[in-house]
Parts: sequence; structure tokens; C-alpha cells
Amino acid sequence: MKRLTTTGFVVAGIAVALFLALVISPHASSSPDGLNKVAADTGLDIGVEPHATAASPLAGYSVKGVDDSSISTGLAGIIGVGVTFAIGIGLFGLLRLSRRNAAAPPAEAEGEVEPSAPASASAG
Amino acid sequence: MHIPDGFINGGTSLVAGGLAAGGVAISLKQAGKTLDERQIPIAGLAASFVFAVQMLNFPVASGTSGHLLGGVLAAVLVGPWTGALCVTVVLLVQSLLFADGGLSALGLNVINMAFVGAFVGYGIFLAVRRVLPKRPASVSLAAGLAALCAPVLASLLFIVEYAIGGNGAASIGKVATAMIGVHVLIGVGEGVITAMTITAVLASRPDLVHGARGIVRPHVAVPVPQPVGS
Repeated sequence: MKRLTTTGFVVAGIAVALFLALVISPHASSSPDGLNKVAADTGLDIGVEPHATAASPLAGYSVKGVDDSSISTGLAGIIGVGVTFAIGIGLFGLLRLSRRNAAAPPAEAEGEVEPSAPASASAG
Repeated sequence: MHIPDGFINGGTSLVAGGLAAGGVAISLKQAGKTLDERQIPIAGLAASFVFAVQMLNFPVASGTSGHLLGGVLAAVLVGPWTGALCVTVVLLVQSLLFADGGLSALGLNVINMAFVGAFVGYGIFLAVRRVLPKRPASVSLAAGLAALCAPVLASLLFIVEYAIGGNGAASIGKVATAMIGVHVLIGVGEGVITAMTITAVLASRPDLVHGARGIVRPHVAVPVPQPVGS
């Protein structure tokens, strides 16, 4: 069996995530989840407030203006997959960059110098 | 499991927000130390995969559903620090764009869903993996068992949060009984989905599974010194 490249793996993984979000999620259970069900049954939700972003065009995993509920949910799903991927890549890319910058040898090295580091003028 | 605004009072939510921010800061620092180039798209993928699977509510009892929380899955795939950040990104996007999980409750939700799974759940994963034979199947089994515990632990934590700052009138005993029961069932689903996903990744690219290090052969020799025990 030929091994997937890392890029191939990521593309395949995103394809699976998009498939789940677009095709499967409209068929997911629409019953309240555990917490919401318990909240409704016991009345622990007495103080519940409307969501601060309830006016978002994607509120409730549906796209405002798209009437077909399956399509609306599916579209919201693929938007969410795309946005989380983009934010994830951005965040972890930045983390990696900041680490590389932090790891770059400082101009005035005063600690130990890595053996592989290019030879520099020895500090006095 | 996403707590909306108003379930828990402002003071408790604020303290949770501070704790969550601290945890995220530590995670950023720790993840930054070990993250290599190759893991960036894998971490992005883990976040978007958790987002997608969180949409798949499965029925657990009459009129009740549950969905994956994903903390254990993300931590086993990309390590606990990066995994906690992946789930935090998901929760942030859900709260801001999809109105799922209150903005004021974001800290509570990050603690219950991201940290519990990625830290406590990952600890359970390591403990279970240690007693099992050194085989890839053990990684899937340990991940599944840890994932089974995560929603139950999250529900226990919710009960604590409700006891401290719940706005509702329901008794703690009543809330506890109902919460724990349903989250054991949701845990079964979380365990199955997590074990299946880890098995699928192990079958295609075992070297990409953080939690399988030391068990599967690395794809390329990465000369990064890392403490092994933990």
C-alpha cells in the first residue's frame, strides 16, 4: 500500500470533514443535546439569555436566506470547516513563525552557542 | 454541552474566562515549543474535523442527542497542547459565528470541552496505553476509553460550575443525576468515534498520530530532542 503524503493526507482529511459537514450533518439528530435537554427538564436554564451573536447570518448552523434546511445546514457546515481550518493554519503558522524568530541566534549571544551555529565573533 | 449565556452567573463565568485564558496562554507557549512545520496543516485539519464531527448529533435517549467534544481525539492526534488549542478554535468559531455556546460562557466551555478532553482525557489515554501491549490497536483502544470518560468528566465539571454559580432553581442533585446519566451515553458515542478516527489515521499515516509515538515507526527521522516520559 502506497503511503499518503502529508499534503495528500490533509486533502483527504478535509474532504472527509467537508463530506460530513455538507452531506451527513443535515441528517444529524435535531433533538436537544444532553445539557440542553437536562436544562429544559430541570429548569436550570431559568436565566438563559439570547445569544449575543444570534443575529449572525450563520446562527444556529444555518445560512440566512437559504430556505432549504438541509442545504442551509450543509452550507453552514462547510463554511465552518473552512473557517476553522483557516484559523487553525493561521494560528499554528504564527506560532511556528514566532518560535523560529525566538530560536534565531541573537546578535549578542551570551549563552552557549549551538555547535551547528555559524562561527561568530566570540564574546569577550 | 455548549453552555449558553445565562446558565451560570457572571462572576463564575468571568473567573472561568480568566482560567481559560491562562490555560490558552500556557498551551500556546508549550505548543510553540514543539510544533514543527509538518504539523501546522495537521493541526488545522484536526480543528476543522472536530468542527464537522461536532455537528453530527447522534440520538442517545428519548428526545436527547449528543455529539463529540473532540478534546481527546485532537490531543491524541496532535498532542495535548496543540489539541487543546484546536478545540478552543472550534469553540470560538461556534460561539462567534454560529451562536452556539454563549460568549460570556466561552471560558466555561473551553475548560469543559477543550481542557478536560485534551489534558485530563489525554492523561487517561497515556495511563491506559501504558498497561496495554505496544501495538497500534492499543492506541485506538486507549483513545476510545479516554474519550468515553471525557463527556462524563465535562458533565461533572458542569455540575461543579452550576453548584458555584448556577442561575437556575433546580437542585444540584437533580441536575447531577440527569447530567451524568446522559453523558455516560454520549461518552460511548465519543469513544467509538474517537477510536474509529484514530484507527483510520493509524492505517494511513501512523507517524502522524502524536499518541502513537514510540509505538509506530516514524516516517522520517526528526532530530528534535523531546522528553519521552510524561
